[in-house]
Amino acid sequence: MQVDWAHFTPASALGGGALIGLAATLLLLRDGRILGAAGIFAGLAQPKTGDFAWRLAFVGGLMVSPALAALLWGVTAPQIAASPNLLIVGGFLVGLGARLGNGCTSGHGVCGLARLSKRSLAASLTFMATGVATVFVFRHLLG
Amino acid sequence: MKVFSPFLSGLLFGLGLCLAGMTDPRKVQAFLDLAGPWDPSLALVMGAASAAAFIAFRFAGRAPFAPAPALLKQIDGRLYAGAAIFGIGWGLVGFCPGPALANLGFLDVRAAVFVLAMASGMRAANVLLAHFEPAQVPRVKISEIPATPARLAEDS
Repeated sequence: MQVDWAHFTPASALGGGALIGLAATLLLLRDGRILGAAGIFAGLAQPKTGDFAWRLAFVGGLMVSPALAALLWGVTAPQIAASPNLLIVGGFLVGLGARLGNGCTSGHGVCGLARLSKRSLAASLTFMATGVATVFVFRHLLG
Repeated sequence: MKVFSPFLSGLLFGLGLCLAGMTDPRKVQAFLDLAGPWDPSLALVMGAASAAAFIAFRFAGRAPFAPAPALLKQIDGRLYAGAAIFGIGWGLVGFCPGPALANLGFLDVRAAVFVLAMASGMRAANVLLAHFEPAQVPRVKISEIPATPARLAEDS
């Protein structure tokens, strides 16, 4: 394994991680909610009374954030290299898997690990493993 | 209806993703690519975020809106299958739900394609679950729901 020191950004990674932790803390202590992006988004499709506005507000804040990040730190839009077909297949699998597994990178990976959930640890190790395997197959075996 | 703190939470979450570079699928895939030039940044993001949230969970019991203890405990085939499928999609594109939604703010149509596909994947999961696990959804009368605003945990 060769660490890519040129692209490794420990300071902004730790700072960004702290902001994500702060966001989870705010949602937890003010609203009693677990910050899981997939679950919050999924709930928009099947709104229950009184359960829609906060989800929309969260996703709204998330969508406004790139503009503010551009102002604060000059963050620019990333290049999305994936083809439309790959985006559709990947998006479908992410949505399907997040619902079947009850969580995504933020729900299981950040909040679940923070509450020392064995379920979330199992899920996080599993999606890390298949993510690594997928990139290996597509970059080094097929690519 | 309370919308300010969820909005602020979403904003902070997105700012963290942007600052850490997690909105860039190349940086995420560079973390998942152990055989290539490896960028460990994502591990630090997840570590710092979990550590900060861990401290918050220690205090959550005293908060006015404490979350319910995790209701889902079992580590079963459904959890493993779901997480495995999720990881494949994550590796293919380099997007998971949070960063994909944040990328809508960059007004990139490719992010919108991913999010629409993600929504249909979620719908497909709901259809599958309704067919195979109808008995696992407990029917609770409205009167049996406690008045405290405890939430279903792991709604993630």
